[in-house]
Amino acid sequence: MLGLGADLLWADMNRLLAFLFHQGVLDEQFLQLQQLQDETSPNFVSEVVNIYFHESEKLLRNLRALLMEKEFSDYKKMGIHLNQFVGSSSSIGAKRVRNVCVAFRAATEQNNRAGCLRALEMLEHEYCYLKNKLHELFQVK
Amino acid sequence: MDSNSVVSWPRLPENIDGFGIKQKQSEEVHVLAVDDSIVDRKVIEHLLKVLACKVTAVDSGLRALQLLGLLDEQKIPSETNGFGGLKVDLIITDYCMPGMTGYELLKKIKESSSFKETPVVIMSSENVLPRIDRCLEEGAEDFIVKPVKLSDVKRLKDFMTTKEVIRGELSQEEREGINKRKLLDTSDVSPSSPPSISSSPLPSSPSSVIDSPIRRLKMTGTD
Repeated sequence: MLGLGADLLWADMNRLLAFLFHQGVLDEQFLQLQQLQDETSPNFVSEVVNIYFHESEKLLRNLRALLMEKEFSDYKKMGIHLNQFVGSSSSIGAKRVRNVCVAFRAATEQNNRAGCLRALEMLEHEYCYLKNKLHELFQVK
Repeated sequence: MDSNSVVSWPRLPENIDGFGIKQKQSEEVHVLAVDDSIVDRKVIEHLLKVLACKVTAVDSGLRALQLLGLLDEQKIPSETNGFGGLKVDLIITDYCMPGMTGYELLKKIKESSSFKETPVVIMSSENVLPRIDRCLEEGAEDFIVKPVKLSDVKRLKDFMTTKEVIRGELSQEEREGINKRKLLDTSDVSPSSPPSISSSPLPSSPSSVIDSPIRRLKMTGTD
């Protein structure tokens, strides 16, 4: 499997995965992870993805709690959470989630509360979508 | 060397014993990976295992120093040359970590007598040239922009394996020359490169050559 170009793998990918790539939900890094899966580690991708889900949900809870603070929002802390979210999303190839995190992070840097709220909504939506699709994908496989 | 009995797997030449780095029973490259992100630790650990490296993954610079025996309370006398602590062939660390950054960890490692020869690679999601420069100046072997791919890790492993073979045969300066040239060779595929140093053979690697900021720096001659 090592060394196969993305174009060769496209032929093998089932339609859902191809769709997710086409929509920009997933990117090449997800392919990388798939290439690392083999007989000795047949569940590698789902293991990483489950860790990602667990961590992401923690981050989302924290972000929501921080933004809902009555008096003042800790933008710096949100930025730290978002850095983590950007990093982990990028590591599994969750491109759209990553991009929304980047936009969210920009809003925190401007102390833009309304912008942050909008970004959080979008992030929760994108994350939910990703989670549902990946669950579907793992069932299909 | 030492009293090695006959072993069934292929051995490196006998004269690999110089400069305090011994191959013990295992030929496996042992990598210490440092990253506060659990997702990234899982990925890098697997990448390294796929390439048959032994991996120890920790979540902080402090923990890494502890394992290496470099925390102030644990200072090991330099005569032991790192045998008292962990035997590590490569350290790969994230740059942005709470507490101690990868840069700070790099400095501590390079300041130590037992591990200053150990190659340290920095990973970062930010492709920031001043940051890269700073790390290289402090003695980092390479700088990988995240997300880390198999080709990135393979390049490191090839470099490690080559280093081990050459180490016993060359002087200190020659070794340093080879190390620098290795980074150049894999990008410009110079015919003068010694046959024992191999570039990454992956056919779909053009992106990995361009991706590496180190290569980009070297290629534009900004040294």
